[in-house]
Amino acid sequence: MPPDAPTDVLSQNDRSRFEAIVMPHLDAAYNLSRWLLGGRSEAEDVTQDAILRAYRFFNTFHSGDARAWLLQIVRNCCYTWLKKNRNWVDVDELDDASVPREEQTPETLAISVNDRERLTRALEQLSPHFREILVLRELEGCSYKEIAAITSRPMGTIMSALARARQQLRALLTEPVTREARLEL
Amino acid sequence: MSCELAHTRLHAYIDGELDANGSADFNQHLRACPTCAAALGEQEKVRQALQQSRLYSRAPAGLKLRIEESLPGPRAKTTVGIGFWRWLAVAATVLIVAVLTWRQLGPDERKPYDQAAVVAAVDAHLRSLQPGHLVDVQSTDQHTVKPWFDGKLDFAPPVHDLAANDFPLLGGRLDVIGGRTVAALVYGRRKHFISVFVEKSAPSSSWSGSGETQGYHWTAWSKDGFNFCAVSDVSAPDLDELKQIFLLSQ
Repeated sequence: MPPDAPTDVLSQNDRSRFEAIVMPHLDAAYNLSRWLLGGRSEAEDVTQDAILRAYRFFNTFHSGDARAWLLQIVRNCCYTWLKKNRNWVDVDELDDASVPREEQTPETLAISVNDRERLTRALEQLSPHFREILVLRELEGCSYKEIAAITSRPMGTIMSALARARQQLRALLTEPVTREARLEL
Repeated sequence: MSCELAHTRLHAYIDGELDANGSADFNQHLRACPTCAAALGEQEKVRQALQQSRLYSRAPAGLKLRIEESLPGPRAKTTVGIGFWRWLAVAATVLIVAVLTWRQLGPDERKPYDQAAVVAAVDAHLRSLQPGHLVDVQSTDQHTVKPWFDGKLDFAPPVHDLAANDFPLLGGRLDVIGGRTVAALVYGRRKHFISVFVEKSAPSSSWSGSGETQGYHWTAWSKDGFNFCAVSDVSAPDLDELKQIFLLSQ
């Protein structure tokens, strides 16, 4: 058997290592799934699938950043789920490296700490790729290098993608009234 | 630096991803350009709101257990003869009793750990972050760091280089916690530092528990006659991973 083929069952020793090294990042796995999928039960199921997958491929993980390794698997499982269950079409909008200029808006940004609902709604309006990158950076505290590893993108793309994600979020947060009014019409 | 360039770099600046030269150039541009300075202020506001609004969803209780039960193969612990749901019911009961007991205890009796030791450990970690105070012996070699403690302590702390686990050993120093001289091992994690304090455990003192004090995470454990307390600004799961590695290493 090739050394990097998936295994169905880990030895007791490897299992202890798995539980010690991978399982502490369960919260990170769940948080990313939750933000990508939305619902609680979907996030639980996909997190469970992803960890089972990580378990089966644990012999391909030799050393390094266990969180980044696990999140890479979680992310792939989430996107597969979205394609299958939400007919989501993966268009990679992050490849465009240009950053549009910040528009000068007359309103100032009215956002305060603990404005949880508004922030959640705004984040949910972003496309999954932009949302993911903000969740990894701002909630999970990942470095650009880690985000690049998790999302399998070059480092250079991460900075411009973050810039665009933040601009979109900021735009959503500066015009909440008009946006809601439009939805009601 | 042009506004165009500053505009893109602004995000790397906020994220602490610019090198020293890049930061200096950017700062210089900021002083001369109110537009970019205003843009930076706005982005900082969004970022603060994101980070401080409890948007992080932790895994629900029970998910970890459910997953561990579902993984095939031998387990470290066996639950022979008890079905999973019964097991869960027992666990839930224990949890409820624990929470109720916890709530009934007054703040003074609620001491899952030695509070004074933790506060002292966090203070010691903070002091070590002052320039030039991080390590007394700077080495990534455990065979250099371990003998350095000889004659300075009445015990030999266990020292492992954990670079393979992404916790490179950076060195060691002496610290004083609760009037006792302890060893402090310094590990790196990405761009962060972790102090692992080690003392010989006495019958009257053992360190345990984990939490957050002054914005720093800490976690404490005991093994092989030593007390350990790790303190850092890395995430709680990162510290937990370090603890698990210490518990597993020989």
